[in-house]
Amino acid sequence: MIEFKNLHKRFGKLVVLDGLDLEIHKGGIFAILGPNGSGKTTLIKCLLGMVIPNKGDIFFEKKSVLRKWAYRNNLNYLPQIANFPPNLTVLELINMVKNLRPKESNEQELIELFGLKSFLDKKLGNLSGGTKQKVNVVLAFMFDSDLIVLDEPTNGLDPIALIHLKEIIQKEKEKGKTILITTHIMSFVDEVADEIVFLLDGKIYFKGTVDAIKKQTNNDNLEHAIANLIAKQYA
Amino acid sequence: MLKILKYSFYDLMRSRWSYVYFLFYLLLGFVLLFLNNDVDKAVITLMNIIIVLTPLIGTIFGVMYYYNSKEFTELLLAQPINRSKIFMGQYLGISISLTLSLVLGLGIPFVLYGLFKSAAIFNFSLLLVVGAFLNFIFVALSYNIALSTENKIKGFGYAILMWLFLAVIYDGIFIISLVVFNSYPLDKFSLVATMFNPIDLSRILILLKLDISALLGYTGAVFRKFFGTNFGMLISMGVLVLWVVLPVLRMNFKLRKKDF
Repeated sequence: MIEFKNLHKRFGKLVVLDGLDLEIHKGGIFAILGPNGSGKTTLIKCLLGMVIPNKGDIFFEKKSVLRKWAYRNNLNYLPQIANFPPNLTVLELINMVKNLRPKESNEQELIELFGLKSFLDKKLGNLSGGTKQKVNVVLAFMFDSDLIVLDEPTNGLDPIALIHLKEIIQKEKEKGKTILITTHIMSFVDEVADEIVFLLDGKIYFKGTVDAIKKQTNNDNLEHAIANLIAKQYA
Repeated sequence: MLKILKYSFYDLMRSRWSYVYFLFYLLLGFVLLFLNNDVDKAVITLMNIIIVLTPLIGTIFGVMYYYNSKEFTELLLAQPINRSKIFMGQYLGISISLTLSLVLGLGIPFVLYGLFKSAAIFNFSLLLVVGAFLNFIFVALSYNIALSTENKIKGFGYAILMWLFLAVIYDGIFIISLVVFNSYPLDKFSLVATMFNPIDLSRILILLKLDISALLGYTGAVFRKFFGTNFGMLISMGVLVLWVVLPVLRMNFKLRKKDF
């Protein structure tokens, strides 16, 4: 479904992606992991067309995405930081995003699930960080798209919202969606992810199931298994 | 693009600063008219204020809006829309809401004063047109600076320096060069030098329409000969349009290679 081919990206002298090759098949939850600055966000942003790679190509549903924009109608994105125009209300924001995409949406269900009904008329500037993140989640999940990209989805969510988020992710997976997640919270990965893609030095260092990574590192605990991989970089 | 424009515009029109800006002009208009009782003089005073203030406010609003909406812009960039449409929408949203504050803020007191019956209506409209141009020019310039500068503080600094240069320093250099080279014919030079600064161009354009160019001496006469005619008016308006179009083109060019 997604294919990264020989992807290179430099920011000045800093090489972030160094000939990365990766193929992700349709269906399932993929966790993209790696130490800070390993290029997780850059990889995702390349896919979304926000960062333009120096070299290489990216294919989404067999078509190259570079310098295109229409393909984004079939993917949803949850950005890391939820920051919205402060003087718009929640409802106006949701309508705006709906307006931009010629697509069915099921925001009502999500608004109810996250208890946002009483916030609909409030200005976004007056909301707390957690509530903004809930709005962010609603915006990311309200469209029916084949690919869902989540950048640190657990940021600032309370335990109930977190449970709901996990439920939604599972539900989307059952519908056959492909979900990419980056996060630093390993228990979350352990719980939801089917496969792990581990980035190191701008390349794919490991790709496989959660069990495979535990086996390879001889570690039962995912957090320690990942720490083990990262420690090799420091050595 | 229109959808983005609509929401940027809504967002800005409800911002406290738009109201402050609007109320400032409203107050200014009332004070100048009803204390001065002379529309022509009021227009000159207004010109002196508009010519410095609109560029400053346009610059500040432009950079602030860009950096404050950075994360939201990222969300928009992940939607199925063309990049340049997002930024053009935001740019027009800022420029139009600032222009509206200016036109309504000054327009209301002038209409109440009975502007339509006065002969100053043309001068006054020219003032508003020039003010609108300055808004569009300086928002575009500041957006260019913000797009090229990752660091918020630096971007803000460069933008203010740009304003300071065009509003103050440029004139200083201009005057010094006139004094230093005063034994040479300078009319052509000063005419061209004026074109390279939108603030100067706007000032001269209004001054010469106000029939006080006799104060400007010989150079004033040359200027008057140029700007006073329809041809000169057309050229200077054309240059103002260029001052909008060129930064906007650069913005679009920059956007094609920019990483977010």
